[in-house]
Amino acid sequence: MTAFILRRLMQSVGVVLVMSLIVFFGVHVVGDPVYLLINPQADQKDIEAAIRALGLDRPIWEQYWHFMKGAASGDLGRSFIFGEPALKVITQRMPATIELALAAIAMAVVIGIPLGLYAGLKPDARLSKGIMAASIVGFSLPTFWVGLMLIMVFAVILGWLPSTGRGTTASFLGVSSSLFTRDGLAHIALPALNLALLKISLVIRLTRAGTREAIHQDYIKFARAKGLPDRRVIGVHLLKNILIPVVTVLGLEFGNLVAFSVVTETIFSWPGMGKLLIQAIQSLDRPVIVAYLILIVLMFVIINLVVDILYSILDPRVRLGEGSA
Amino acid sequence: MLRAVRNWCLAVVVALFVAPATAQELKIGLASEPSAMDPHFHNLTPNNSLLSHVFERLVETDPSNKLIPGLAESWKILDGNIWEFKLRAGVKWHDGSAFTADDVIFTFERAPNVPNSPSSFATSTKGKTLKKIDDLTLQFSTPGPYPLLANDLSNVLIVSRKTGEGAKTEDYNSGKAAVGTGPFKFASFTPGDKIEMVRNPDYWGTKAAFEKITFKPIKAGPARVAALLAGDVDIIEDVPTADIERLKKEPRIALSQGVSRRVIYFHLDQFRDETPFIKAKDGGAIKNPLRDKRVRQALSKAINRDAIVSRVMEGVALPASQFLADQFFGVSAKLKPVAFDLEGARKLLAEAGYPNGFKMTMHGPNGRYTNDVKIIEAVAQMFTRAGIETSIETLPPAVFFSRASAGAGGLPEFSFILVGWSADTGETSGSLKPLVGTFDKDKGTGSANRGRYSNPALDAMIAEAQATVDDGKRAGILAQAVEIAIDDVAIIPSHYPINTWGTRKGLKITPRADEYTFVMGVTKE
Repeated sequence: MTAFILRRLMQSVGVVLVMSLIVFFGVHVVGDPVYLLINPQADQKDIEAAIRALGLDRPIWEQYWHFMKGAASGDLGRSFIFGEPALKVITQRMPATIELALAAIAMAVVIGIPLGLYAGLKPDARLSKGIMAASIVGFSLPTFWVGLMLIMVFAVILGWLPSTGRGTTASFLGVSSSLFTRDGLAHIALPALNLALLKISLVIRLTRAGTREAIHQDYIKFARAKGLPDRRVIGVHLLKNILIPVVTVLGLEFGNLVAFSVVTETIFSWPGMGKLLIQAIQSLDRPVIVAYLILIVLMFVIINLVVDILYSILDPRVRLGEGSA
Repeated sequence: MLRAVRNWCLAVVVALFVAPATAQELKIGLASEPSAMDPHFHNLTPNNSLLSHVFERLVETDPSNKLIPGLAESWKILDGNIWEFKLRAGVKWHDGSAFTADDVIFTFERAPNVPNSPSSFATSTKGKTLKKIDDLTLQFSTPGPYPLLANDLSNVLIVSRKTGEGAKTEDYNSGKAAVGTGPFKFASFTPGDKIEMVRNPDYWGTKAAFEKITFKPIKAGPARVAALLAGDVDIIEDVPTADIERLKKEPRIALSQGVSRRVIYFHLDQFRDETPFIKAKDGGAIKNPLRDKRVRQALSKAINRDAIVSRVMEGVALPASQFLADQFFGVSAKLKPVAFDLEGARKLLAEAGYPNGFKMTMHGPNGRYTNDVKIIEAVAQMFTRAGIETSIETLPPAVFFSRASAGAGGLPEFSFILVGWSADTGETSGSLKPLVGTFDKDKGTGSANRGRYSNPALDAMIAEAQATVDDGKRAGILAQAVEIAIDDVAIIPSHYPINTWGTRKGLKITPRADEYTFVMGVTKE
């Protein structure tokens, strides 16, 4: 197990190195933000001073060497835009994004699994057909359009929920989150639903497919023959077996939600990392882009690891460390 | 059943709205986010606008950008090179200490030297030597006569020496050093989310009408409008032009509009013999036609400015004739927008030796200026009708500006570009010198001259204006310089945008030419 985890981490270091190299030089080729950031009244010498202040006057390989030296000691450089350490700029916005992703995943599980189970157990019922049709709609509608519609309906026309931003936060067990206040929950409802819509559809389809397959398996028949109550057959024997693909997909989707919920965060002005990333890309804030992607690579490595470990718990046939990396 | 549903809905609504906002609170939806709470970190509109609530300047500007006394009560020019400023007595910093000339001297030491600043205030502070006469009297001297001294000072927010000494940008962001003299006190800054301020009860001037103000950056235009309609914010800046007609009909919303000190214009490559993005109709190389004044005039005549204003900008712009709209200092009263004249354009092209026109690629940013891509598309079609087959390429702003300024080995890369210019000094020398002055690093002229237009006679006039302290005389020289530049088609002006703010009914905001959003300009009806 330890060897397995270690090997995983070693691999991730390689990925991070290659990725940082590509992004660093890639952004350099695209351009630099000085002419966008500088005050129009600045003359040529002011512009040169700004280029020097950001270290952009050095040759690119020297800039990269400088960056690697810093990175080795945990310093990923300073944001061109904010002047603060890139890592701080990103981690400041991380709690908002993680709570949004958690809320969306929770919605996906709470809504998606029961609906999927129902559709799988009673495939011919009218309601099941309705659920499946709705899941196709959930798949195909573009996020930005759904987001604007949610705002129009629930915030502008009905006036039930706020349209923008994050609510007040409160601390609970040392964690500060807007999930602990009513104002916070009201603010998170629409963006979380917007993000969750696709995931709900995904979970419905996965659960249904799994259920349809597992229901005819011998162990279910055997459990029924043994006279176990329906609740136990479905709730334990069936659910445990169909959860494996759902857990894998949700794990990866959670990573995606944290890393790239750019559209939703922009529409709802959610002060998270996705909005930061798109801003950084638009303004070629290279230190933030590079640091962000490094963090994301590490996050995916960890999520995959957790998923693999969860596998082994859900399915005892899976053993870690035997070439499953 | 229906009743049950209705009751349930009502219960939800009541549950969500039991916590009413205080009547004295004002929420503002910003179009772009300030990058720091350090007033000297980044010299650009979003920061300067927001921080004006906490900090103040020696010289302030009124909504039409005329200079008015700020922390300096009055000023006079002793001789051409020395200006004396009388500071306001009885002004207190938010921490209770008194404001004196030492704070100003400290500010001018700190402002140009903030580490990692992407746009330094050295632009405004350089070339000035400060001398303290007494606690409330200060002399600024410059190497030569410098009429724009007060304009420069209207750009620098004054910080307290006591809290600012040794303070880094981080200390301002955390609020530790964010101590000003302004009508509002800094309360909190959550990057990406909001900036909160509270009323300064001891303010020396007219006290603020609101107890607490919250700024929320909402970058997406439709989302900003939705937030206003939903009542999540009370004021928004930069209302998208597409929403203006609809909002006018909305009884809950009021709009305020004012012309900007920005001009949207075209810069033309006038320095290369062969320009990279202009070819003959058959694709062969030709001499740069933009160096021929008749071709430049033809291009200007081919642009239907009224159509751009009414169709593309949906009425929220004015056709432009020069660098700044009519009410600003140093404009020419004689110039009128060039009339749309397709026949005249074709004739001029023929005279210049291009009866069949040529092929051109126009470049521009996507998403930097209101409707920029649509304007580029429209103008390309207008040129094509006049015989110049124009294709377009729009680029993300960060990429566009670096390539348009220094993309071709330090030289401007493109042949014909759409750009905008905001004259931060509020008068025309702030446009003439960087845009059409000869590119000269040592003199600091032509810093944004992306067409490298050069005219020694014009340079001389700009230099003369810059050394003329008498306002009346200077206005005359500047107007003449503007006429020369426009007559020579150094640039092709398109339009002056009109800025639109939206407020909920019952509030009114005074529109400002510099596009700043000031709560001080908000009144309750």
